[in-house]
This record gives sequence, C-alpha cells and structure tokens, in this order.
Amino acid sequence: MAHHPTTVNLDETFVFTANAKKKIFMTIGLGIVLLILGIVFSMMGGHHGHEEVAAAHSAEGHHETAAWVVRLAKNLWHNNIFFAGISVMGVFFVAFNYVAWAGWSSSIIRVPAAFGNYLWIAAPLTILLFIVFGHDLFHWTHEYLYDKNSPQYDHVLDHKKGYLNSTFFLIRSAVYFGLWLVFFHIIRGHMKNEDITGDEKWYHKIVIVSAGFLVIFGVTSSMSAWDWAMSVDPHWFSTMFGWYCFASWFISALAILTFIVLVLKDNGYLAIVNENHIHDLGKFVFAFSIFWTYIWFEQFLLYYYANLPEEVGYFITRLKTDAYTPLFFLILVMNFVFPFLILMTRNAKRQSIILKVICGVVVVGHWLDFYMMLTPPIMKQQGGLDGITLFMELGMGLVFLGIFLFMVLTALSKLALIPKNHPMIQESVHHHVF
Amino acid sequence: MEKGKNFVVGVYDEEDVLLEAVGKIRHQGVKINEVYTPYPVHGLDDALGYHYSNLPIAGFLFGLTGTILALTMMIYTLGFDWPMDIGGKPYIALPDFIPITFELTVLLCALGMTGTFFVASNLKPWAQPKMFDPRSVDDKFVLTVDLAKNASMDAIALSGIIKASGASEVSTKTME
Repeated sequence: MAHHPTTVNLDETFVFTANAKKKIFMTIGLGIVLLILGIVFSMMGGHHGHEEVAAAHSAEGHHETAAWVVRLAKNLWHNNIFFAGISVMGVFFVAFNYVAWAGWSSSIIRVPAAFGNYLWIAAPLTILLFIVFGHDLFHWTHEYLYDKNSPQYDHVLDHKKGYLNSTFFLIRSAVYFGLWLVFFHIIRGHMKNEDITGDEKWYHKIVIVSAGFLVIFGVTSSMSAWDWAMSVDPHWFSTMFGWYCFASWFISALAILTFIVLVLKDNGYLAIVNENHIHDLGKFVFAFSIFWTYIWFEQFLLYYYANLPEEVGYFITRLKTDAYTPLFFLILVMNFVFPFLILMTRNAKRQSIILKVICGVVVVGHWLDFYMMLTPPIMKQQGGLDGITLFMELGMGLVFLGIFLFMVLTALSKLALIPKNHPMIQESVHHHVF
Repeated sequence: MEKGKNFVVGVYDEEDVLLEAVGKIRHQGVKINEVYTPYPVHGLDDALGYHYSNLPIAGFLFGLTGTILALTMMIYTLGFDWPMDIGGKPYIALPDFIPITFELTVLLCALGMTGTFFVASNLKPWAQPKMFDPRSVDDKFVLTVDLAKNASMDAIALSGIIKASGASEVSTKTME
C-alpha cells in the first residue's frame, strides 16, 4: 500500500559487461558486412542507376559521381542526423522532466541522461561528412549557382546565400553540438554531485540548467532540422519542418528509451521501475505517435489544399513516383496506424512484449521517415529501396545503432542507475497510475 | 415500487483501519456493497477488488460512430448529392475530410463517454443520493453491506465481522 513507507534498495549501478559489448560489436560487425555486400552489389549491378544519376548531375554541370557513392553519402548523413537528433532528445527529456518537477520519472531519468554521450560521435561526424560529401548531399553548396555569368545561376539561392553558405552552415552545426554537449555535461556533473553529497541544492541547480537548455533547444532543434534535413531541397521550405523533425526525433528517442528500460528490467536492473512507470512510457510513445501524425498531416494538408507548384513538389516526388509511393504509405502505417490501434488499450501499455514490438516498429518507421525526407532530393528517382540497396541501408543503420548503443551504455555505466538522492525518488517508488 | 433493502453500516475513523478492514471483511466471504469516503482513498479500488472500468471501450465505439457518421455525411453530400468542384480536387477528397472526421470522432467520443458515465453512475438531476451516514462527507469512512447479497449470514453475524474489523460504530439501516 502506498502509505506505508517501504525501504527499497536504491544503490544500483549498471555494469556494461563484456557480453553486452560483444553483442553490440557483433551488431556493428553484421552491419559492416551487409554494408560492404551492399556496396559490392551496387557497384556490379548499379549501371542503370549510375547513368541516370550521372546524367542528372552532368545536366547541372557537375562532375560525375557514381550512384553508390551518392547513396553511401546520403546513407551516412541520414543515419548521422537521425541518431544525433535522438541523442539530443534524451537531454531534452531530462530537461523537461526536471523543469516540470516530475517525480515519477526520477527512477528512469538516468537512462535518457546517458543519450547525449553519442553527441561526441555525431558532432565531428557531421562536420566531416559535410566537408567530404557536401557537394553530393547539398545542391546549394555548388559555387556556380551564385555566379551571375553561369548558365546555372540561381537567383533564388543567391538570395538565400546569407544563410545557406558552407561556412555559416559549419559554424551553426558546431554551435548546436557545442551548446548541447555543454548542457549535457553540466547536467550530468550536477547529477554526479547529487549522488556523492546528497545535497538537495544539486537538484535545483539541474532545474535551472534544464530551463536554460529548453530555451536553447527550442531554437536549435528547429534550426538544425532546417540545416540538416530541409536544406537538401533548397528551393522548398516548410514552416512546419522544425516541428516535424522534432516530432520524429522525439518519438524515436522515446521508443528507444522505453526499449532500453524494458531490456534493463529483463536483465535484473531497475527493480523499482514497475508497470506503472512502463505505462507512462507507453503513454508517451502513444501520444507522440499521434503528435507526429498531426504534424505530418498538417504539413501535408496545407500543401495539398493550396496546390502551389513550388510547394507541392515535395509531395509529388514522394507520393506519385514508383520509387517512393510504397514507402510513403508504409511510414503512415508503421508510425500511426500500428501504434495508435495497438497501444490504445491500457493493458497494451503495461505489457513489456507488446511495447517492445511497438517501439521497434516505431524506431524503424521514423528511420524510414528520415529516409524519405532526405533521399528524394539527393538521389532523385534512384533512391528507392530494393533488394540490393536494402543491404546498404540496413547495414549502415545497424552500424550506427551499434555505435549509438555503445556510447549510451558506456555513459549509463558511469553514473548510478538510480538517483538515490533525488528529492522525489520516493514518489517514483510509489508511483501508481490508473 | 422497489421494497426497502436492509444494510449493515460500519463507520470507521481512520483511513488505514478502513483499508485493512476491507481486506479482512472480503476475506471472510462477505460481499461489500459500497464504501463512502470523504476523499479518494488511494488503494481502495484494489482492496475492494474493483475491475478496471469498461468506459474506454464505450469511448472507442462512440468515437468509431463519429468517424463513420462524418465520412458518410461528407461522402454522400459532396460526392453524390451535391458534387462541387473545389479547387479542382476530386469530389470525394479524403484528405480534406480528415479534420471534420477527427472533430466528429472526438465530439461523439467525449459526449458519449460522459453520457455513459452519467448513466452508469446513476447521475441525473433528479437522482436521490444514497446517504447512509451524513458524516461520510465530513470525516468518517462508511462501509455498507447488503444483507440480501449475503444470504448465508444474518445481520448479527455481519455486524460482528464489521465490528471486529475495527469499525467504531455498527448499525443496521433500511434504504429505499
């Protein structure tokens, strides 16, 4: 019963065992094998694609790049920003839970508090990928677009040059990652002090730092979405895009968070996390699946309704072409219909196995959502998924997932798993929802 | 007219005593009619063995009715009864119908659930609330047992069980 104070063991530390590391390295290894097979297959069988992409590029007056190289670049970029976003969403989850003085989540808060560690990989990778593959990924990086004497001169992009130029892009990306990492480490530093000293002042310090982070995050999450995902199609823009990316990243982060919590419980950790906490995480996954659908549909409906040529092109390329139409509808089923109908009942949100399946589907669904944001502008009609290209996409996805999990679990093992001196930890122990 | 029902009424002073008493009484095979408390008591639902409400299922069905109603209405009026060319879109332009479908789904779901809750809880303006003991809206916890539903025991035996569970007062009462 809730009113009898129970004594529970709050001293828990996650041990990142050699066995767990082996499993993650095997995932990465499998990913690399699939990736190499995919590259070899595309090099052998991809002549058709090669010619068309090359034709498209030579029409722009650009040197030839093999189709598989473009795909590899897109592939790296796609996974990079997907996991970078998930990583910062973990910090965001911690921040808004502290600012809201949430008690229930204090037993699981150390899991999302470890997500930000992946930013150490994402930050240099983003800069590196932009420098190496910038011209393959971002049309607006080509110098000839801004040369008034060139036949390819683009006055629209010339007007956007003040914002969309390589130097400023790199500075902005560095600033986003810099700010996110600073806040991530300040919050974790305070958490460590709280564990050691048991002083409540550290809790209030985290609340203040978190409030600061939320202000920064509100701007940087939208801006990073414009830079990293929207600018691959530099003529097109959507005022919903920042929110759209945010929704996709956030629901993926929630799904991964729920999945990690469930797996930790399966391995004997987090004893104080019971079905009520799981229920709340399930509600988050359910609610933000609907939130994503709402944002997705809002963006779609306005463009569909107004039907302006410069705006509706985004949906024409995705909805009315052989390469992307099946994926377009598959994403809606995976990210909306499936979680909506299955997580609707109370029991489904309280059962480990159902939640694990839904979380897996939702993460893959949003990974495909980012695929659909980035691939059509970069690869034109060559970006569909088939037997050959799936090898590369899956392989790269597994490599990044493995690295992400490795970084997160490493950070998770560095702090106590339960914040035993959190002022509201008792509330979380006795958490009960209807 | 319905005949009066006979109840054994136990009055408790403390929340903790009541919670333990509910468990003890049910353990002895007594079916508890209802417990009246001045404020929501945490864990009482579990102690009374209440099942989770089926209200969400009613909500789902009402919502589904709203979805079907909205789609039928718009497909019939705009698609068959009075087709109109709006911005060159097809007569049955499903994406345009979604906002209204959503609104009607939510409206019928909310109104239907509220109505179902009122009916199920017997909440109507002319309803006479059952008041076993007026102190249950002040500082006492009142537990009632319906004699007709515990045919194997008489009023004296039931009073004994309730008294032994920690009630400060036990009485019998006939209610309409």
